[in-house]
Amino acid sequence: MSVRAATMIRPLPTPEPDGAVFSFDRVSVRFGQSEVLHDVDLEVAGSGITAVLGSSGSGKSTLTRLCNRLLDATSGTVRLRGTDVRELDVLQLRHTVGMVFQRPTLFDGSVGDNLAATGVTDRDAHREVLGSVGLDADFLPRDSATLSGGEAQRACLARTLLMRPRVLVADEPTASLDEAAARTLEGLARRLADDGVPILWVTHDLAQVERIADRRVTLEAGRVVAVA
Amino acid sequence: MSGPVELLGVAASGLLVLVAVAVSWWVGLGLGRDLIEASLRALVQLALLGLILAAMIAPGQPLALSWLWVAVMVLFAGWTVHRRIPDVPRLWLLSMAAFAASAAVTLGVLFGAGVFPVEGRTVVPLAGLMIGNSMTATVLVTRRIMAEFKDKRLEIEARLALGQPSSQAAAPYLREALRTALIPQIETTKAVGIVFLPGMMVGLLLAGVTPVGAVQAQVVIMYLVLGSVAVTTSVIALGMRRILFTSAHQLHLPNDEAR
Repeated sequence: MSVRAATMIRPLPTPEPDGAVFSFDRVSVRFGQSEVLHDVDLEVAGSGITAVLGSSGSGKSTLTRLCNRLLDATSGTVRLRGTDVRELDVLQLRHTVGMVFQRPTLFDGSVGDNLAATGVTDRDAHREVLGSVGLDADFLPRDSATLSGGEAQRACLARTLLMRPRVLVADEPTASLDEAAARTLEGLARRLADDGVPILWVTHDLAQVERIADRRVTLEAGRVVAVA
Repeated sequence: MSGPVELLGVAASGLLVLVAVAVSWWVGLGLGRDLIEASLRALVQLALLGLILAAMIAPGQPLALSWLWVAVMVLFAGWTVHRRIPDVPRLWLLSMAAFAASAAVTLGVLFGAGVFPVEGRTVVPLAGLMIGNSMTATVLVTRRIMAEFKDKRLEIEARLALGQPSSQAAAPYLREALRTALIPQIETTKAVGIVFLPGMMVGLLLAGVTPVGAVQAQVVIMYLVLGSVAVTTSVIALGMRRILFTSAHQLHLPNDEAR
């Protein structure tokens, strides 16, 4: 293969429900002297909810950040439906792989402003996506700083869903929420997965894994120790 | 006499340093030695500056010598910025580029419009004034950008995760840092003439320049400082974006391994 062909940006791969959505091939991540992920080999199923379980510092968050290239592996390859993520247009990749973070990260301004930050400015689409996460249209003009933790996390999910991602990566999205808000978010995730959006759901909560996960990956000190 | 103040007058003003030392001793600040050291150091530096300036602006000296000195000032200012904020990679180069851009714009306007003639006696002091103020603003804006980016790292990454390019994701936080850095300069400009008399204007008045002449020169200098600070900080902000993001639109903060 010529150098030019090797460095060319490839189009995004077409979804194959039966194949793996993400493949991690001997992936290691090092920050300075400390190795956070060691030789991770993992296939994330192309449907349903795959939970990544692990204690604090086990490398769960690092794993999620590799999926949309907020971070690159120090060695090894991460593939999205068989294509090395580094060969894809990174901005397009991030539209395809939606992400929800541990802490609700709404930007200054109204909920509507936050939804418009995706580039989608159609108000009807805003109303529709808010409805899909259980928030009504009255939230659109609300100052994002006035939302409760649960509302803010749902607004963050709405913002991500507005991009119509084909995969969702959620990094402990219920960690800062109360029980009721966490259950609401779990329900939304289940509905999304049933609608055909595969989800990689990171958590340290075993009971939550029992409730929502179709598959489970356990990480310990940066290594995959169990897949079930 | 070579100016409005005799040598004896300079020596007499040293009494004021002694007053400061006495106050320090009386209040128990323990800064007496520092005060004397700083005053002597400033005296030596200014004396050297005077000697160099005298040699440079002497009739018949090539103008290239003055520009060479400006280049040395840019180099030294860049190094000073790097020394004050050593953890930002390539900051020396970036700040030198910012000072050079600022010099090109501000001196270009002043000399291009014929406000001052292009001579050694104008090039060196104007460039010195511009670089000195820009250096302070550069340190301030760089620290502010680093603090803002560390504080808002999650928000910036949330924007990146939405598919925003780094230029768009960084814009609100760069803007905030720039505002913080420029506001003191704007406040100083607003207060001039009411709250304080600028040093240069006082110097001109003491040198026997008419108040109108002193004001005219001061206004030009004030605008030079304002313009140079604005240009420098903008270049720094643009450059910091390149330093803090990879080509794959990933945020890369130095000394921040929190993931």
